[in-house]
Amino acid sequence: MFTQLLELATAPHGVDRFLELVRPTWAADDTRARVVAATRETPDVVTLTLRPGRGWARGRAGQHVRLGVEIDGRRHTRCFSLASSEHRTDGLVEVTVKANPDGIVSRHLVATAAPGLVVALGAPEGDFTLPATRPDRLVLVSGGSGITPVMALLRTLVDEGHDRPITFLHYARTPADVIYADELAALGRTHPQLDVHVVTTRGAGTGALTGRFCAAHLEAVVPDLGGAEAYACGPVGLVDAALAHWEQAGAIDRLHVERYSLVAAPSDGAGERASGEGSTGARTHFAGSDVTVTSVGTTLLEQAEAAGLTPAFGCRVGICRTCTRTKVSGRVRDVRSGTVSGSGEEPIQLCVSAPCHDVVVDL
Amino acid sequence: MRLQRGLEVSGRVLLMAGILPPAWLGGVAALSLAKILDNMEIGHNVMHGQYDWMQDPALDSATFEWDTACPADQWRHSHNYVHHTFTNVLGQDRDVGYGLLRMTDEQRWHPRDLGNPVYALALAALFQWGVALHDVELDRVVAGTKTPAEAREKVEGVWRKARTQVLKDYALYPALAGPAAPVVLSGNLTANLVRNLWTFAVIFCGHFPDGVETFTPEEAEGEGRGGWYRRQLLGSANFRGGPLLHLLTGNLSHQIEHHMFPDLPAHRYAEIAEQVRAVCAEHGLPYNTGTFPGQLGTVARRIASLALPGREDEPVASRLGQLVGRLNPLGR
Repeated sequence: MFTQLLELATAPHGVDRFLELVRPTWAADDTRARVVAATRETPDVVTLTLRPGRGWARGRAGQHVRLGVEIDGRRHTRCFSLASSEHRTDGLVEVTVKANPDGIVSRHLVATAAPGLVVALGAPEGDFTLPATRPDRLVLVSGGSGITPVMALLRTLVDEGHDRPITFLHYARTPADVIYADELAALGRTHPQLDVHVVTTRGAGTGALTGRFCAAHLEAVVPDLGGAEAYACGPVGLVDAALAHWEQAGAIDRLHVERYSLVAAPSDGAGERASGEGSTGARTHFAGSDVTVTSVGTTLLEQAEAAGLTPAFGCRVGICRTCTRTKVSGRVRDVRSGTVSGSGEEPIQLCVSAPCHDVVVDL
Repeated sequence: MRLQRGLEVSGRVLLMAGILPPAWLGGVAALSLAKILDNMEIGHNVMHGQYDWMQDPALDSATFEWDTACPADQWRHSHNYVHHTFTNVLGQDRDVGYGLLRMTDEQRWHPRDLGNPVYALALAALFQWGVALHDVELDRVVAGTKTPAEAREKVEGVWRKARTQVLKDYALYPALAGPAAPVVLSGNLTANLVRNLWTFAVIFCGHFPDGVETFTPEEAEGEGRGGWYRRQLLGSANFRGGPLLHLLTGNLSHQIEHHMFPDLPAHRYAEIAEQVRAVCAEHGLPYNTGTFPGQLGTVARRIASLALPGREDEPVASRLGQLVGRLNPLGR
């Protein structure tokens, strides 16, 4: 009753639009978080300790969240894995962000994040999580900033006093690039059941193993995979190699993977084709209807209609925005101006957007 | 945004103490300004997608809702699509007279048009309701070109939205004031009235001062891209003023720039106005602008003179028009 009256009193904008003026993290529907600490782990990695506002439900270790950051007046949303233990008692959560050379958001956060920054914080999602009955044998493999969700698993198990064997194989370019290096070393010393191997992929390395993840590495540290529950997260190469190895070992159903490239910031750089020309032969995927078409150089609205879909539209020339939809990924070209969009998630007008290469649209 | 919310809260609070006349006046002023800013500078412009680039869910053109009786989704259809695509095309742009007024001599005179000025005043006072029922297109239901079922769906949408607005302004806040309920009720009524009159005046000054052209469907047929821009220019009019006037009109004082670039953030229209003007001068096209009272005066004259049959420039009509223009305190 009270809630309904409050909604009526603040209609049509809602309570949050007033609360946020007093304190941004008080919003009731739109969860936000305030950065309470920003720790530079390595030259290109920052760990943000966040205090979520009211209404945010703590997820499970291994899950990721959508983080909305305002840069030059524009809100960019990207997914980041939570790194903190699900048993943390001070109500804070951590995310660790590595600057992707082409990533707008990750570079911005690494360069500027400081206590006091307010970010939008989505609900935790993902199934890179531990089973309720903790496994007797665990193998964790991570590469680069892919350590983040794996660290959440490890910290959670440590907090639970988990006393069964865990083997952790982590890859980084050089010793200076190892995120959480001190904490890993300390955990390894104080927890005899925890076997930590940090491998560097460039230069000679310090440990017994060098180079990228391969079957030999795994056999050296885990002679018998049978029965072990395994978690792998990192660059595409690492995840694919892990999948291949577990497949061969006949233990694929015990391997959980988190594809780092889907979790981390999508590339916004110039590496991809961004010539401004509409392309033919690219594939357009309408995710909501699960329809994929091959582009013939027309606008997305025309492609959708040709595929038998019936998106809402009005003027068909870019004025009225009736046909605005969310583009999930890929670049599109504005057929009026030739301007090429970013490759991340953003609203686009179907009637004046033609794909530059493969795109996914929520339609 | 912060200013609008602040004004709304202070307006509501002041009206609670509205038993004292200065507080009542202050409350009405603050709440009127809050509603004007909400509708014009924020609501109208956000729903045009001017701030979609920010990707802020609170400023998303597809989901934004505003503080008026008209449901935002119906507005997006009647305004963003119908009005902005078919601007000033007779029989297609429903903003020409809102299905009620005779706004040009190209519309055939009918005895009911004698009431033109009265209808205009009524529409101005109840403008939020005119806008709310705009997309229902009652006249088309009467004419049989729209099915009652379609209209019914729209009416239900209006009802859901308007019910909240009415309950909020005329039941909840007065009830919260307890014994001062009538004071708050009258304050809210007045604030809605002020907002209605203001938005009516601004909007009619955008398309109906002297010199603004209307078009027949044949003229607009197959006009092409350049033709579309030309029609937007000839079908719109600006008025001059300071930054405060621009803000309170939602920058619709730059109606010409708005119609050419409806999704450009409105507070920047002033920056491109010079270039638009220069292009008009280069091509010998008129750039219609004047003072706000001046433009409003010609709108009033047009509404009055078109109450009578015949052309706008015929002596009888213009004499009556001038008379009404003089009587109008805002007229020149």
